[in-house]
Amino acid sequence: MSDLKPLLNVDNLRVRFPSRDGFTEAVRGVSFTVGREKLGIVGESGSGKSMTGRAILRLVPPPGEVTADRIEFDGTDLRTASERRMRGIRGRGISMVMQDPKFSLNPVMTVGHQIAEAYQVHTKASRSDARRRTLEMLEAVRIRDPERVFGLYPHEVSGGMGQRIMIAMMLIPDPALLIADEPTSALDVTVQMQVLAIMDELCGGRGMGLIFISHDLNLVASFCDRILIMYAGRVVETCRADELRSAKHPYTRGLLDSLPRLDETRAELPVLTRDPAWATAGDPKGGAT
Amino acid sequence: MIEVEDLNVIFGHGGGAIHAVRDVTFRVGAGESFGLVGESGSGKSTVLRAISGLNPDWTGIISVDGEAQRQRRDKAFHKRCQMVFQDPYGSLHPRHTVDRILEEPVAIHGMGDADKRIDRVLREVGLGPQFRFRFPHQLSGGQRQRVAIARALILEPRVLLLDEPTSALDVSVQAEILNLLKRLRSELALTYILVSHNLSVVAFMCDRLAVMNRGRVVEEMDAVTLRRGEASQDYTRQLLRASLGYDRAAADSFRDFA
Repeated sequence: MSDLKPLLNVDNLRVRFPSRDGFTEAVRGVSFTVGREKLGIVGESGSGKSMTGRAILRLVPPPGEVTADRIEFDGTDLRTASERRMRGIRGRGISMVMQDPKFSLNPVMTVGHQIAEAYQVHTKASRSDARRRTLEMLEAVRIRDPERVFGLYPHEVSGGMGQRIMIAMMLIPDPALLIADEPTSALDVTVQMQVLAIMDELCGGRGMGLIFISHDLNLVASFCDRILIMYAGRVVETCRADELRSAKHPYTRGLLDSLPRLDETRAELPVLTRDPAWATAGDPKGGAT
Repeated sequence: MIEVEDLNVIFGHGGGAIHAVRDVTFRVGAGESFGLVGESGSGKSTVLRAISGLNPDWTGIISVDGEAQRQRRDKAFHKRCQMVFQDPYGSLHPRHTVDRILEEPVAIHGMGDADKRIDRVLREVGLGPQFRFRFPHQLSGGQRQRVAIARALILEPRVLLLDEPTSALDVSVQAEILNLLKRLRSELALTYILVSHNLSVVAFMCDRLAVMNRGRVVEEMDAVTLRRGEASQDYTRQLLRASLGYDRAAADSFRDFA
């Protein structure tokens, strides 16, 4: 965290999809800023956390509609930037790691070429230069034999390695901000920790900002600096990660309590009772959608 | 209740053969809840599938309820021993109603009285009769998993084999399903084998557990020892440490165990 002005400013972000009876609102008035820090966005499925990440990069698929009072990245208004300008920002300015490497890597291109392409698109680097940088990057994400992995196709690598390859691809243009949407939830715990260590190092070393989207409260609490807790398309609570244990909102408390612990002695887990007021609290229209 | 001795599972032949399970031995007493823990590829699900009869390529001894099992199982076995799968979105027929999903096992086993049984089992899993004529797509993930549990329970089995029953669910829904499974076990005197990668879930659900890595059982321990974090093997200690959340120093110290 720094006193410099934030990398990204988001004000009153809304995402809605037309449905049979009017609109379904996936994100309802979310505001936050990200500096050179690790910001966690936590929520259950359907809370709007992934849509928030996608909306920033204008990746919400039609017929979804995005509105906001402000989405500003490094002086650029992302709401009105041209597609051409957006292509420059995606990757170089803000890049995004998706959840599943199986669906995010090109299956008919070797992983080395995919990573090198990501580099060449954003820099005017020569092919041999791109290859060298790619090998360096593969090594940075702790792939033991980068030369061999360079020539492999996505189906030839394990899930954990695929995820590290994705991270290498997203980091090679040296983005100022990385949005990682459940980047490690498909991985085994020990591999997960190693992948997080790589991202941690890059945040510290390059001063990169990170938006870490996850459903795993404990993981986010131990990894991030700050946390937004989302419920039904809005942010119900913001806190410092090390203060999550003393969170106040009943939803956050309920989520924390419903997690079994390693030293579990409770005979029964408390079940979350959802209060309809959580979804409408703070809504200027009093919950009318 | 369940005895597994020198279980070996090999997929494929010759040079491409994969030895997925190596000399696995454990016992589960009647009414006990036993956990199988490990990372992906450790062979934990393969052990479960061999016990359930879904995987015929095994050697060794599997005995359930005092009866040594052969590769093929008879109908009576499946009535005693039922399985609940990980993905509630994939394990229910998308074009069958809950009623039809639950009616089928009753018909197969000629148990009769389907109407009453379905009604009762839906209540047991906490779904009212109003869910009976819905299709899976009209249910939430947690409700689907309840239907999958109901489908297993309707045969009045003695053993439930649970393969990551909550890992596809949100944490608040996970709590509901874990509570349900725990209550059902004590009410119906069931024996559980629970496969999970989540040590906390196993600490909540099980009395004893075996930790697996690369096809072998690394360590068997009781839940009290797990809760205290007193593992005797390095592999288990590493797994425990990784489960506690992100810790830079810990992540750097992780290594591969052959």
